[in-house]
Amino acid sequence: MADEPMTTSTPSESKSTLKLMSKSMYAKEAALRNLFLLCATAAVAGVALIFLFVGVRGWPIIQDPGLGAFLFGKVWSSSTDQFGILPLVTGTLVITIGALLLGAPLAVGTAVFLSEIASPRVRSVVRPAVELLAGVPSVVYGFFGLIILRPIIANLTGGLGFGPLTAAIILAVMIVPTIATLTEDALGSVVPGIREASYAMGATTWQTIYKVLLPAASVGIIDAIILGMGRAVGETMAVVMVAGNAPQFFQGLGEPVSTLTSQIVIDMSYASGTHRTALFGMAVILFLISMGLVALVRVISNRKKEG
Amino acid sequence: MNKRTANRLALSVLWLCAGTTVAVLGAVIIYVFVNGIGQLSPEFIFTWPHGVNAEGGIWPTIVSTLYVTGLAMLIVTPIGVLAAVFLAEYAVQGRLVRIIRFAADSLASVPSIIMGLFGLALFVETMHIGFSMISAALALSFLMLPIVMRTTEEAIRAVPKYIRWGSYGLGASKWQTVSRIVIPAAMPRILTGLILATGRAVGETAVVIFTMGQAINLPISPLDSGRPMTVHLYMLAMEGINLPAAYGTALLLMIMILFFNLTARWLLRRNRRMQG
Repeated sequence: MADEPMTTSTPSESKSTLKLMSKSMYAKEAALRNLFLLCATAAVAGVALIFLFVGVRGWPIIQDPGLGAFLFGKVWSSSTDQFGILPLVTGTLVITIGALLLGAPLAVGTAVFLSEIASPRVRSVVRPAVELLAGVPSVVYGFFGLIILRPIIANLTGGLGFGPLTAAIILAVMIVPTIATLTEDALGSVVPGIREASYAMGATTWQTIYKVLLPAASVGIIDAIILGMGRAVGETMAVVMVAGNAPQFFQGLGEPVSTLTSQIVIDMSYASGTHRTALFGMAVILFLISMGLVALVRVISNRKKEG
Repeated sequence: MNKRTANRLALSVLWLCAGTTVAVLGAVIIYVFVNGIGQLSPEFIFTWPHGVNAEGGIWPTIVSTLYVTGLAMLIVTPIGVLAAVFLAEYAVQGRLVRIIRFAADSLASVPSIIMGLFGLALFVETMHIGFSMISAALALSFLMLPIVMRTTEEAIRAVPKYIRWGSYGLGASKWQTVSRIVIPAAMPRILTGLILATGRAVGETAVVIFTMGQAINLPISPLDSGRPMTVHLYMLAMEGINLPAAYGTALLLMIMILFFNLTARWLLRRNRRMQG
């Protein structure tokens, strides 16, 4: 397709001889193609540059304090120069799991509703709402969580209301658009025949959804949830504003914790030396997690295509 | 349980899910609106903040936000659109395309804080540009590249094949076909994608906080530093000072983002109607 010269066309009526594409024109076409290719490789260059520049700053963490002490150290304290990220990793994990537990059912439910139940009129309200939810800046979510949600949680759990519960609720809302949009796509690509077959057998709407559509779309839904998880792990500003930012292990839903992302934001402005290296090291780990999740989605989708 | 009862119960749960989603959006919008509307005035928009509690307006932060967004769009639009042209029109399925797609997907899922640190390491420090509009715009453009690429590629692929055949049939070259037939036909949807990307850039915080600086400043040249609205809101909220100004900033941000989203939607709908 790409290099197919336009010379095989029949001669135009105005010219009597079959005129091939001129050399200069051919050169121009080839040059343009290469220019576009160059633009397309900008994405690859971006990934490489991020790895390189974030990686170079984070690399020395392997010598001091060593990879083991960095990954499995139980204390994060800049005053004593201890930079173990285990408490931050658990914080990220707890908040992400909480957000998925709350957000994934809500999102899948909304997607099923949009794809199977809603009348066109209802859909024309709900779908834009889901899309707008994706557009709200994370700092506004954080602000909302800080001012409205935090006092409510504080009444429930005691304390100030900063902690995993508040963060998980806010994150759950933030991952709904990601999961819902992708799940709706997955449901939309289920062949309509099996849906009709199910109804023809006398199944109710719910039986059709539960026994036919969800299994048929399961791979797409799992992909959607994995990508939602990626969003939750990487979300920064909203978490900083409600998690409490105390680098300690999970002690309860209402006790402040810190995550990989929020600790970077809090510390970056004043960190230096090993502290700074550790922050860049955390960024590398976050990058690897997010790329790993993307790769996982690819593997799952490819296996489905082959199977 | 009877299957009809089960059905009714399950469907009401699904209604509840959708209702919750809409209600949450409504709650966020109404809350920001009700609290912020009293704050909005020409004075708030067009004057500088002053004093320890940042009283007064937020003009420099609005300028910084628009400046960096415009600059980032200027950088990312040609690259993203041409990259999409390559993927949709020129590329032959193969290893290279697979690598490009994987890179674009990875870039799309990179947490924004990493993009911030990357911008800090490369543009601010290694290239010695310092905290500036251009550093922030460059970092932002990496974040927006995959979004622009994806929406543009979808727009180009949605152009019917027979239009291309018609063009080739008249003896047009590949580039003539792409530049005069395909891209104009895909233009409304490309614009929609660009506007949506602009909305994302306006709301971005973690990228700009480490590349633009945090001091309030009215940027003139691309090398000037500044503080965007999102960072301003973050600082006001975290320090708990001057909440009214925080509400006002949040409302203005939401208005800008709603504006971009609704414009994109309107453009898409108008385009659909015109095509019948």
